[in-house]
Amino acid sequence: MRIVVCAKQVPDTEARVTVGKDGRSIDETGITFIINPYDEFALEEGLRIKERLGGQATVTMVCVGPPRAEEALRTGLAMGADAAVHVWDDSLAGADAAALALVLQAAVTQLGFDLILCGRVAIDDASAQVGLRLAERLGLPHANAVTKLEVQGSKLVAHREVEGGVEVVELPLPAVVTAQKGLNEPRYPTIPAIMKARRREIGRPGLAGLGLDAGKVADACRSEVLSLAPAPARKGGRLVAGEPQEAARTLAHLLREEAKVL
Amino acid sequence: MAGIFVYAETKEGEFRKATGEILSRCRGVADATGEPLVAVVVGPAPEDAPRRLAPFGADLVLHVEGPGLEVYTSQGYAWAVTSCLAGRQPAALFFGNTPLARDLAPRVAERMDAALHADCTGLAWEDGRFVFTRPLYGGKLLARAVSRPGHPVLATFRPNSLGVAEVAATSPAYERVQVEVPAGSVASVVKETIRQVAGRVSLQEAEIIVSGGRGVGGPEGFRVIEELADVLGAAVGASRAAVDAGWISYDHQVGQTGKAVSPNLYIACGISGAIQHLAGMSSARCIVAINKDPDAYIFKVADYGIVGDLFQVVPALTAELREMLVRA
Ligand SMILES: Cc1cc2nc3c(=O)[nH]c(=O)nc-3n(C[C@H](O)[C@H](O)[C@H](O)COP(=O)(O)OP(=O)(O)OC[C@H]3O[C@@H](n4cnc5c(N)ncnc54)[C@H](O)[C@@H]3O)c2cc1C
Ligand SMILES: Nc1ncnc2c1ncn2[C@@H]1O[C@H](COP(=O)(O)O)[C@@H](O)[C@H]1O
Repeated sequence: MRIVVCAKQVPDTEARVTVGKDGRSIDETGITFIINPYDEFALEEGLRIKERLGGQATVTMVCVGPPRAEEALRTGLAMGADAAVHVWDDSLAGADAAALALVLQAAVTQLGFDLILCGRVAIDDASAQVGLRLAERLGLPHANAVTKLEVQGSKLVAHREVEGGVEVVELPLPAVVTAQKGLNEPRYPTIPAIMKARRREIGRPGLAGLGLDAGKVADACRSEVLSLAPAPARKGGRLVAGEPQEAARTLAHLLREEAKVL
Repeated sequence: MAGIFVYAETKEGEFRKATGEILSRCRGVADATGEPLVAVVVGPAPEDAPRRLAPFGADLVLHVEGPGLEVYTSQGYAWAVTSCLAGRQPAALFFGNTPLARDLAPRVAERMDAALHADCTGLAWEDGRFVFTRPLYGGKLLARAVSRPGHPVLATFRPNSLGVAEVAATSPAYERVQVEVPAGSVASVVKETIRQVAGRVSLQEAEIIVSGGRGVGGPEGFRVIEELADVLGAAVGASRAAVDAGWISYDHQVGQTGKAVSPNLYIACGISGAIQHLAGMSSARCIVAINKDPDAYIFKVADYGIVGDLFQVVPALTAELREMLVRA
């Protein structure tokens, strides 16, 4: 079984993110990058499926991202991925979800696959669409926000989070699955595995190797960021003093009379 | 261009909150451009859909139904929406940012060869185009974005963030469209839906959220949180610390790796205010913090705070509000 995991590298959640000089992207100086947490769930699930199949599977990680993203792929290899593919070209810098889906489609098609695992959402752009767009482009079914996954021969049984409950869906392979928190607990790579991963080959097809070029990527983009700005900062307000009863009473009145939220 | 379309999602026979918010916010643009404002309902719908959507200014309710649309499937619904809109040259198609829309809209966007601006908190009409505001990087930054011209404009909007605009009621026309989802085009089969506790307000639509963190100390600690929530008709939220400890399920988690919410009032109890938590709730209109540590970061972002033991303060607040709301 050929499993492909699509993973993005994103700023650490603690990072102070500021706007770059162009006013449309972020200033990356000093930022630590991590594998998108949901993509870590996706990778871990790929590795577990392989283990459950007694090793009769390959797990290949694909990442579209600037040179720094190689680190995410090395981490993935150290966790146990069999291979890693790094796609980059400067023309991809402003690529939107539509263009990324095009690039990933080319990459996974070249690799060949039975199962594509993505994260439910990338926590930087929070757009939650690349995996599903990819499924649509490939004409494949998908299961979104999956918290439990089982491979049964040529089909999948997935539990997915829906509003107010869990939906159990069955879908034939090949398919796209997006990982939700709760699917698993990702493993930590061991130090020797990290060392070994440093020396591993990483596939670098380049846009040309995928049958694409800068023009095709630009043509595929459907959105444009006009500007990026810090969110308005919140200011601390007022501390309500007094014994619990008294403070609660004052607060209740403030919420009604001053804040007008009740 | 022939229409601003709003996907009118229903839950338990009621239209979702965001449906009315988006429709009413688009009324002005519809008037300015002469585009009809159309609510699209797919699958089972309330009989009196036009009457229910009239207060929000819809011109037309388009009801798409037929075999294969009795229950939601992403492929079936994506096919239904796009084939129904195909001949109508939609200018825009907007959704509320609900779990269903997040499953449906990306496929629709791909089929319509369009951008999808996801989880927007703002909408403006400037120089003859829609401009969307989206929180990025866990709400640390706000982007203003547009679609490239020549394609329909798609977006999902976070419930509560647009609010309902005051518009004159309309009497929408009602058009029923019969379709049949082509055999073999839906590959996944829903085997079963396991319902969890029903009846509670959805976290993302709630106007008031009461959240508990590590400070509630255990699953029983959430009792005081729930009691306050019940009095307020609020939803219950949680920090990741409380979720990871197994005190409450993940669908309650607020934050960068949970849900992003924009309620009118967010009451954080026993939550320190970690940056990843703030990512999910700092767009709330009013934040209240109850925490025993006067130095907790949450006080730096809260509009009102009480320093104290939540097990004393929260029940006192519950009692106070119960009395106040009964009197009202
Ligand atoms: C990649 C990543 C993603 C994350 N995503 C999220 C996310 O989506 N959501 C999220 O919430 N967190 C997230 N976190 C975790 C986040 O960093 C914090 O660890 C978490 O928010 C802390 O939860 P807390 O405030 O409940 O606990 P703590 O930080 O331990 O705070 C507990 C607070 O309760 C107070 N307290 C204790 N007892 C009482 C009492 N009796 N009365 C009143 N106050 C009391 C204490 O003073 C303290 O301030 C993420 C972290 C990482 C690394
Ligand atoms: N640049 C990328 N490289 C590889 N996979 C990606 C990339 N961007 C997004 N994805 C995948 O698509 C998922 C959803 O991303 P998004 O639509 O950006 O929220 C991620 O969790 C990844 O699995």
